[in-house]
Amino acid sequence: FQVGLLVSVKRFFLFLFEIRVKPDKSGVVTDGVKHSMNPFCEIAVEEAVKLKEKKLIKEVVAVSCGPQQAQETIRTALAMGADRGIHVQVAGKDYENLGPLQVSKIMAALAKKEEAQLVILGKQAIDDDCNQTGQMTAALLDWPQGTFASEVSFEGDKLKVVREIDGGLETITINTPAVVTADLRLNTPRYATLPNIMKAKKKKIAIMKPEDLGVDITSRVEVLRVDEPPQREAGVKVETVQDLVGKLKDSGLV
Amino acid sequence: MLVNKVLRASVRSGIRLQSSSAANAVASASNHVPSGGFCFELTDQQKEFQQLARRFAREEIVPAAAAYDKSGEYPFPLIKKAWELGLVNGHIPQEYGGMGLSIFDSCLITEELAYGCTGVQTAMEANSLGQMPVIIAGSEEQKRKYLGRMTEEPLMCAYCVTEPGAGSDVASIKTRAVKMGDEYVVNGQKMWITNGGKANWYFLLARTNPDPKGSAGKAFTGFIVDADTPGIQVGRKEMNMGQRCSDTRGITFEDVRIPKENVLIGEGAGFKIAMGAFDNTRPPVAAGATGLAQRALEEATNYAMERKTFGRLIAEHQAVSFILAEMAMKVELARMAYQRSAWEVDQGRRNTYFASIAKAFAGDIANQVAADAVQVFGGNGFNSEYPVEKLMRDAKIYQIYEGTAQIQRIIIAREHLGKFKKGPR
Repeated sequence: FQVGLLVSVKRFFLFLFEIRVKPDKSGVVTDGVKHSMNPFCEIAVEEAVKLKEKKLIKEVVAVSCGPQQAQETIRTALAMGADRGIHVQVAGKDYENLGPLQVSKIMAALAKKEEAQLVILGKQAIDDDCNQTGQMTAALLDWPQGTFASEVSFEGDKLKVVREIDGGLETITINTPAVVTADLRLNTPRYATLPNIMKAKKKKIAIMKPEDLGVDITSRVEVLRVDEPPQREAGVKVETVQDLVGKLKDSGLV
Repeated sequence: MLVNKVLRASVRSGIRLQSSSAANAVASASNHVPSGGFCFELTDQQKEFQQLARRFAREEIVPAAAAYDKSGEYPFPLIKKAWELGLVNGHIPQEYGGMGLSIFDSCLITEELAYGCTGVQTAMEANSLGQMPVIIAGSEEQKRKYLGRMTEEPLMCAYCVTEPGAGSDVASIKTRAVKMGDEYVVNGQKMWITNGGKANWYFLLARTNPDPKGSAGKAFTGFIVDADTPGIQVGRKEMNMGQRCSDTRGITFEDVRIPKENVLIGEGAGFKIAMGAFDNTRPPVAAGATGLAQRALEEATNYAMERKTFGRLIAEHQAVSFILAEMAMKVELARMAYQRSAWEVDQGRRNTYFASIAKAFAGDIANQVAADAVQVFGGNGFNSEYPVEKLMRDAKIYQIYEGTAQIQRIIIAREHLGKFKKGPR
């Protein structure tokens, strides 16, 4: 069973960094902050490469939408084992306003253009935590979706996806072509090896613009303000359990 | 013209220019001279290598380092993982299955791994030191046999020169190799051999010319010795002050027979080979010391941004911020020094002057910076629950191995005066 696969990757702050809101409250400070691939996107790439190693997938194409630096993220995916990359150029203000709706339109257009049978994304990006792009992409393509995947396998030409849901695990079978979004426990992403980093240099990254795909990226959403979460206030100490219950009742929590 | 440069350079610094990717690196380095001239920018690939090593160090080495330091156990699982990622044996040319990395690229990786733990990093670096004589002086067969196996499985090798009675004074080593038919019979004692107990093969330096008046440059021979050769007795693992997980041992050679095919170049060529290796291995050692210093600086800075005294963060007290400033100065300069020395040898030039400066400086500042880190931590710094006392213990050896701080100064003085005699700058 040989299919082509698109995996979408996004870059943001290295997840250990402390986020600071810009003084004008229009967003967060991005200058000089170390960026890397979104952790869930790494898991998506790892799954794609694994499927290729199992010979269930013919080709893995890594896609990223963004400014010039998006190519670094694509290179990381190539070094992990993706075959080629596509960089959809979006820069400046357009990039700041780029949201799940726009990205999913691009992904849908690319999935059709590349005749992909499977699109894998991280379940959400750690900057906006939207958890929408995968779902929207599936809707735009009218394809089935397996989201929050903690296990993915082929059963004939159908896809079996074990999903992490609030109540536990849900196993579904969906037809291909399909969209899958990767959750934390799907796999542990590999390190790119040094030889693979060197090989990745020879792999091609195609560059295009959203217009080339016939996608309009104007945003329907306007960010009014970004605030830091309220400062944590000091707690109150009580003497006895009775006092504690009393206080909880007073504040309506019990 | 490039061909001539390659031929001359290959005797000195050897391989780097033979391997295609290193040649590309050199070519792109020299084509890429920006309009400003001197360039401090890394290529994208160098940045990716650095990122890989950095991630590996922080995610794999750092969490395991303290336990290895306490137990002294050889960190083979870490070495194996690093080997699988291509982080070890970077110097081996691509023809023999290696990465054929330039010395500069190897140094970038070395600095990042040393940040994690210099004990682990030294175990890996000892491979490079042992391999270097083979890389610069080995025949096709020798390279294929002994370098090839290093890329097929995660094996270790060792550089076997120092003796109980001779460290800096290599010319007075006493291990004897006597030619008997098609073999050499070796007797003697080596000491402080890193990877001594784990090596699959050794580079051995032994005296083949018994005449004490003969010139040192012709009296020694370099051999490749399989570690399972009968007559080799591996001593106990030595318990050292620092880099404790690295395996350091004494090795005794008792009537060890080495086939003549395992002689490097020929009888009497050993001294030059042994010394020639250093021009390539001193920059990475300096990089290792810089990695340790960087770690010390970061740990001290993190601590200073959390600990409070007299109502303020200690980093806000000038006494402490000045300590951090001087640590930062030293780390940046050590980095520039090793990068220059690595770049020089990659360009095909003799880099002895820069290599010794880098190694001497980095070794000295690593000790200063580690001790300063302990100072910034105060009482906590002295305690084994905090990471900096280990750095101080690990740093000391950088002033001793690969040429002591004093030997480096002899070399630097000799090079400097030599240049001076040649004329004005």
